[in-house]
Amino acid sequence: MSTGQNLDWKQSVKKLFARREASLVLLLILMLIPITIRSPQFISPGNVNTILNDMAILVIVAIGEFFVILSNGIDLSVGSVIAFTGMACGMINESYPAFPAPLLLIVGLAIGALMGALNGVLVAYGKIPPIITTLGTMSIYRGMTFLLSKGTWVTAHEMTASYIGLPRVSFLGVSVLLWIALLVIVATNYFSKYTRTGREIYAIGGNPTAAKFVGVNEARVRLVVFIASGLLCGLAGALWTARYASAVNEMATGFEMQAVAACVLGGVSFSGGAGAIFGVALGTLFLGVVNNALPVIYLSTFWQLFAQGLIVLVALSINTIVDHRKMKKLLEQRRG
Amino acid sequence: MQEPVLTINDLTKYFPGIKALDEVRMTVRPGEVHALIGENGAGKSTLVKILTGVYASTGGTIALEGREISFRNAIDAQQAGIVAIHQEASMFPELSVTENIYMGHHLRNPRTKKLDWKQMRENTRGLLDQMQLDIDPDTLVKNLGVAQRHMVEISKALSLNAKVVIMDEPTSALTSREVEELFRIVNNLKAEGKAIIFISHKFEEIFEICDYFTVLRDGKYVGEGYVRDTTEEKIINMMIGRDIDQMFPKKDTHIGGALLEVEGLSQLGAFQNVSFTLHEGEILGFFGLVGAGRTEVVRTVFGIDPSSGGSMKLYGGPYAPRCPHDAMKRGIALVPEDRQKQGLVLAMSLTKNISLPKIKHLSRHGFITQRKREEEYTRTYGEQMEIKAAGYHVDAETLSGGNQQKVVLAKWIGTQPKILILDEPTKGIDVATKAAVHEFVSEMAARGVGIILISSELPEIIGMSDRVVVMHEGDVTATLDRADATAENIMRAAIGDIKEAK
Repeated sequence: MSTGQNLDWKQSVKKLFARREASLVLLLILMLIPITIRSPQFISPGNVNTILNDMAILVIVAIGEFFVILSNGIDLSVGSVIAFTGMACGMINESYPAFPAPLLLIVGLAIGALMGALNGVLVAYGKIPPIITTLGTMSIYRGMTFLLSKGTWVTAHEMTASYIGLPRVSFLGVSVLLWIALLVIVATNYFSKYTRTGREIYAIGGNPTAAKFVGVNEARVRLVVFIASGLLCGLAGALWTARYASAVNEMATGFEMQAVAACVLGGVSFSGGAGAIFGVALGTLFLGVVNNALPVIYLSTFWQLFAQGLIVLVALSINTIVDHRKMKKLLEQRRG
Repeated sequence: MQEPVLTINDLTKYFPGIKALDEVRMTVRPGEVHALIGENGAGKSTLVKILTGVYASTGGTIALEGREISFRNAIDAQQAGIVAIHQEASMFPELSVTENIYMGHHLRNPRTKKLDWKQMRENTRGLLDQMQLDIDPDTLVKNLGVAQRHMVEISKALSLNAKVVIMDEPTSALTSREVEELFRIVNNLKAEGKAIIFISHKFEEIFEICDYFTVLRDGKYVGEGYVRDTTEEKIINMMIGRDIDQMFPKKDTHIGGALLEVEGLSQLGAFQNVSFTLHEGEILGFFGLVGAGRTEVVRTVFGIDPSSGGSMKLYGGPYAPRCPHDAMKRGIALVPEDRQKQGLVLAMSLTKNISLPKIKHLSRHGFITQRKREEEYTRTYGEQMEIKAAGYHVDAETLSGGNQQKVVLAKWIGTQPKILILDEPTKGIDVATKAAVHEFVSEMAARGVGIILISSELPEIIGMSDRVVVMHEGDVTATLDRADATAENIMRAAIGDIKEAK
């Protein structure tokens, strides 16, 4: 019996390391060692907490992006959806201070869902490719933000303390912002793995033809992923304004690139059909560590963007090489 | 007799589990149109792919003008002078005729090393004139008709100074006037001393244009000869030659009432006026050559493509599916032809693949709460099909072709269909799995399931079917009972030799 159990244990370890995410964990650890030697402060609870809080909004958005990429699409409008919902929430808070702050999150979710639904309808029923659709709505939604605010900002002293304080409220020693991110991770993980729709997203992304042959409604799935992305961006927008205590028209510009980077770093296949929430969370954490570590190791800010891009490319190349090797080994096994 | 330009000896090609070519020989002489004849799966395509450098051979020799050659890639073969004109022209629609013709072997100005478009355009005009074609070298290929595209491909062969031109079903998409035009050009090529290997299923064409023929069957050389010395009868016999003595586990079944009645079903451009009835426990074979419209018919029955005319009845009631879901709800399952492209989500585990059509029943309000049930479900049907895999958690892409096919079958029997449509279920799989599939089909029929079996392998059709529907270019040309379903009768109907006798 003991040998059997031993084998089981060995197999599960093997399985764990065969996963795409494993190489990322390894890389993360490899990167942490020199950083920690240089500055032991880096892994202090305080700093870890800062990193996690910095990454909370990104992980929410990256998960939305994940569902779209999983269905073999892309959502370029995430930054603009964040800006519009963030601006809307900030302005509501300014004009109606009595409106309860937690409800602003619901407002963000609702507006985001609508904006995502428009993307989804254009892609699913208008048959416009996702990259074109969201390239268009990226500008439209950003423009709508300017129109809504008439170019003005909402600043900290125009917002209520309860709204600004919302992400910072500590519950069991962890901020509400982090709790929300964790809740999103757990819920979407369940959704992607244990619901029919989740399964259908993988099927459509992996092989739309085969999915059609088993009766999967492709248009519905494409609509769902964009609504999911919009929903999560709306939530992120409401949180963004509170966390940074201001709503500016340019907020979250270029954020789509970070969301996409977190996904591909987390092993999400760009051609659809493969990836997991766990990987996206790891990919986000990876980006967070890189962003926070570069100042710690006294790298000039001029080099930071460069280093970020480099690390994304290196991590991805490693992933590709590992995949390629695995496939080759497999083919050999089959032949032999 | 003239020296042969191309001599193939003992050419052999193995694929994992399959011997696609088995000591094939063929001799082609310059100025000759040489018909390469065989059923689907006889090995013609494999032979062409080896000749054009797409596949490497496993054994045997190919000699071009007496010198033994072997190609590492398609460019090698082109430079040596063997050029294939493909069934589905592989062209760049957004580029001009000149750009297409010189793709891969551009001319450069010897001094400046710049691409010499002026020269290439002039040469193209010369080639087109030589073939007496009225095509402007600057026309974009997307603006040309199918026939003209063929001509451009042939011009490309000429620009490469081809010695051997392979034409794979060149007339399949052409009108009779265009075919005449093509034949005129083939005769020109012949007069210039080029050798042409001509692959066609149409006997009238073979007898009109070809001088010599070689017949393949099951990857083996069967015979050769001058076309003028033979008859259609003799060639058909060589093509199907064997007795149907291979064991097929056909069980005697009780054939019950009608399940599916198709009446005058049509789809514009694909098939017309198709009628047949499928009964309980019956295996209804569908035979036809490539492009006969069999797959299109079952796609329409399954609700993937709409029909443009006719009607269907299912279990005696009206039936007009709008999507595959409608068909599945009514108890129809379709195992598609291309398991990798249509049957499986390769990056998904076996469990998830098998449960996919039943995911609605394995979940509650959209939540897959009982993963144990899902696993048990897939195990039940997976074991029934004897899938060999490291486990049900591995991705489908890690399996061999035969096992992948078993996964697709397991996936569909799980839906417990009353009607099971199988499109080329044994294509490209090893002998052992083939036998397992045949066994499975018989068993399903014995349980009262009505089965539509599309196959391009005559022995399979004859061995398995209770009745055979034969199609030719979108028409049903014969519906034969088991007693009448001889190889000769089926083949004649498949090449359009007879019209349905009622």
